[in-house]
Amino acid sequence: MNSQTAIAADNDGKSTWKFLLRELKPKGRWLTPFNIISIPIILFGIALIVIRFWKGIGAITNLSQEIPWGLWIGFDVVTGVAFAGGAYVITFMVYILNMRQYHSIVRVTVLNGFLAYLFYAGALLLDLGRPWNVINPIIGNNFGVSSVLFLVAWHFLLYMIAQLIEFSPAIAEWLGARRARKILSAMTLGAVIFGITLSMLHQSGLGALYLMAKDKIHPLWYSEFIPIMFFVSSIFAGLSMVIFEGSISHRVFFSQISEKNHHKQRGIVLGLSKICTGSMFVYFFLQLLVFIHGKRWDLINTPMGYWYLLEMLGFVLLPMTLFFYSYRSGNIMLIRVAAILTMVGVVLNRLNVTIIGFRWDMAVHYVPSWMEIVVTLTVLFTELWIFRWVINRLPVLRDSPAWVKEENN
Amino acid sequence: MDLHRRDFLKVMCATGLTLATGTALNATPKNKYTPEFHGILYDSVRCKGCRGCEYDCADANGLPEPEPTKKIRGLRKTDENHRTVVNEHKTSKGLVYVKMQCMHCNEPACTAACLTQAMSKTKEGPVIWRGDKCMGCRYCMVSCPFDMPKFEYHSPNPKIQKCTMCYDTRVLKGELPACVENCPNEALMFGTRRELISEARRRIYEKPGEYVEQIYGEHEAGGSGWLYLSPVPFEELGMNTSLQNASYPALTKGFLYSVPSVFVLVPALLLGIQQATKKNHPNDDSDDE
Repeated sequence: MNSQTAIAADNDGKSTWKFLLRELKPKGRWLTPFNIISIPIILFGIALIVIRFWKGIGAITNLSQEIPWGLWIGFDVVTGVAFAGGAYVITFMVYILNMRQYHSIVRVTVLNGFLAYLFYAGALLLDLGRPWNVINPIIGNNFGVSSVLFLVAWHFLLYMIAQLIEFSPAIAEWLGARRARKILSAMTLGAVIFGITLSMLHQSGLGALYLMAKDKIHPLWYSEFIPIMFFVSSIFAGLSMVIFEGSISHRVFFSQISEKNHHKQRGIVLGLSKICTGSMFVYFFLQLLVFIHGKRWDLINTPMGYWYLLEMLGFVLLPMTLFFYSYRSGNIMLIRVAAILTMVGVVLNRLNVTIIGFRWDMAVHYVPSWMEIVVTLTVLFTELWIFRWVINRLPVLRDSPAWVKEENN
Repeated sequence: MDLHRRDFLKVMCATGLTLATGTALNATPKNKYTPEFHGILYDSVRCKGCRGCEYDCADANGLPEPEPTKKIRGLRKTDENHRTVVNEHKTSKGLVYVKMQCMHCNEPACTAACLTQAMSKTKEGPVIWRGDKCMGCRYCMVSCPFDMPKFEYHSPNPKIQKCTMCYDTRVLKGELPACVENCPNEALMFGTRRELISEARRRIYEKPGEYVEQIYGEHEAGGSGWLYLSPVPFEELGMNTSLQNASYPALTKGFLYSVPSVFVLVPALLLGIQQATKKNHPNDDSDDE
């Protein structure tokens, strides 16, 4: 079924460059609903980005002196990175715990994670007032080692390299580089171990960023355990994203997935929902402990208290129960519903810490401008474009070319 | 261990030479001069609210001239065009004026937050901002408990604006900060933090009816360079009295200290688990990496 897959080395007589040029061209139909929606938004977003660099950040955002971080940090970076957590969880299961049955989703999850980091770290550049100094913490003697953001910045960079190494065998297979593939595959385990360690630290680090904003975040969302909460929730945030993305990929890229992997998907989703149940239980229990030890009962009977209850009961406890129930009954449809509810809950939680609960006591609240939302959509759609481009060309969802199996045997 | 005579002699020679020619290494700092932290004592009993310091500050730092008093409505905050503002508060003891600006904390949250050392606590005490290092991430603004760093949102080359206690322009040359030098009512006093605290205590002790018995900034947020005296409780002046007395960087210390241990222990643990689970799963999948 991979007969149409173009492989550079198979094109006798044609150079790799010609192959790359041909691969750059779009494949398939142009006027799909996705293209019709995304192209105008991307073009419009680019125009807004030009205005932002020309007139300053204030020209297109609603940020203020009291609320210096808005949608681009709170949603694009903090929430986006939580959803990209699937990559470290899946690589942990496959390469460390040797749970081989999940092997078929490693590549697509790592690709998703890598692109998420690439684009959300890219979105960070839009938010930097003086982006030309972005290399300062990386080179030179400007190491602000006491800063959590310093740690997060370095970890973003290193983790992107680790993910690229994890994904690189797929690139080598695409280009038909047999020797390179062998070398790169040998580096996988090292990259995975390094990547998991980095992920643990920067997933929690994103929460630790807000530790110094002690007086600014609503007490229901602030505790010294924010880093641990962020880390634990990134496990089920990432896995819910894997379930959600898988259910879409299996429809959109149906033809690329082998019969065997189609059949496997059911077992994978059931297994993931089991892990989601466990990690959500740990998370819910942690939240409960913090709530009780913090003696927060008197905060509950307020509007923010109801909002907190909605997040905890409606978008943690309910999807957790759904995951558990549907795993027991084998109901894939219900698992998807639970995954979507969980994702809404993670978005709510991250926004509650970074935006909604941040300066909740101010008279004027921050609401993102429509232009900030368009730029966020631009980032998201561009990422999806690249994702589709890669999926259509590289052996990510489809099986590796035949020569890989020959070499392994 | 076998040591030959020749080797023994070599070692002895080397040791002897080192002892004869080497100089003693002691763990002493190269620069013996370590200045004390300086700060400014602001006495709101003496301040008459003339706002002269606002004009002097704008003049000294190249900011637009502040608006005239007639046009001012309500309480103002510092912003990218005002590094300092003087607000009028109606209190239980009549009108009291309060000057607001960066507090120059002993252990500043902004400095700990800054990943490029653009925000920097100088040896002399002022907290300064260095544009050649700053990348404009605004994490200092998120972290500062006093909300003092201000960002130029409407500039393609934005700066962080905040009081620098005139560090580069005046203090290093031995001059007083612009606001202190020109205050007609001697409401501002520049000096080492130690001197200022004893001066503040003296004023409270000598005129107990005029001052509340608190020096704002002595303990707040781990102590700050600016110290405030007031005739009324500081809540009445709109100052945040619920700040913790520990420094704000201490809040992230635990997390940052755990990083090296995670970096050493977790990879070892992962490798151990990987080795332990390897044999449990013989190649049950053909598409092995």
